[in-house]
Amino acid sequence: MHLAYPAVLAALLFCVGLYGVLARRNAILVLMSVELMLNAVNLNLVAFDVAFRDALRSGQSFTLFIIAVAAAEIGIGLAIVLMVYRTRGTSAVDRLRDLAEPDAAGTAAETAEPADATADGTDATATGAAGPGSASKKAEATA
Amino acid sequence: MILAAESHGFLSPTGVEIVFLLTGLVTLGAAVITVTTRQLVHAALWLVVALGGLAVEYLLLTAEFVAWVQVLIYVGSVVVLLLFGLMLTRAPIGRSPDADSGNRWVALGVAGTAAVLLVTLVVDAFRTTWIDLDEPGGTTDLLGASVFRHWVLPFEALSVLLLAALVGAIVLSRKNGGAEAEPGAESEAGAGADSGAADRGGED
Repeated sequence: MHLAYPAVLAALLFCVGLYGVLARRNAILVLMSVELMLNAVNLNLVAFDVAFRDALRSGQSFTLFIIAVAAAEIGIGLAIVLMVYRTRGTSAVDRLRDLAEPDAAGTAAETAEPADATADGTDATATGAAGPGSASKKAEATA
Repeated sequence: MILAAESHGFLSPTGVEIVFLLTGLVTLGAAVITVTTRQLVHAALWLVVALGGLAVEYLLLTAEFVAWVQVLIYVGSVVVLLLFGLMLTRAPIGRSPDADSGNRWVALGVAGTAAVLLVTLVVDAFRTTWIDLDEPGGTTDLLGASVFRHWVLPFEALSVLLLAALVGAIVLSRKNGGAEAEPGAESEAGAGADSGAADRGGED
């Protein structure tokens, strides 16, 4: 078989995944597109390994490692997306523009100001205020 | 690898090449539908078709073990995880009009440019390279010997990485993290922060 067939297929798959990563709005669809890109790279690795008859089978071994790393990545990624959905009420990547928790920071600053406490006390106040703040935010998002 | 001389032309494809081409068209079509469909659950199901097509391509390249690992891990677990994620984030069933973000045309331009450049480069670089598929290159026997003889250390490091990632995923996705476990008790602690911190320090 010509090496050009798998190489061209891998290049096209990679570009389809690139389009998906850039164009999709839902974070889970972005993760799916990342999977497509990883698979394109895997196809390249397998094709070149079979073509060049590597003695250590490094291409196919590396493909196995990439598959395992992709499984770890999808687990962590989905956990992060779920946590973002729970606190923000959305999983659209272009609506996540804040660099800090918007509501929790405001209420924490309000409640932290009158209490002249140690650093531990301020931390406890901030985490205590974060719970109701994010809960009301989620209630707004689901309503 | 031998150089494809005049004996191997693109105009007289072998049977394996024809099967590879047809499977590749199915895979590519499924991938395009995955990134363009407006029904989120259908995207995950088309991803199954794309990943399964890639497993068939691995089989055609005589990489059996990688093909079965692909079926087991990608089709078996990754897609199921993605479906779970879609359901847990309450993805809408049916058409969702806002599946694509505003920079869709920019993305199309970037992807099209990258595709043209990559395909041109790859075809120009590898049009004379020929893959000899007569002897199998990726049986479980060969690959297992290679992984457990030459690649043992990365393999073990990877197992630790997987363990750490799964523990991290569990910690991240617990329903109520430590801060929000008991909202009433936590707000009490917030009200009497000084005394609570002092008490806890005393207990420790």
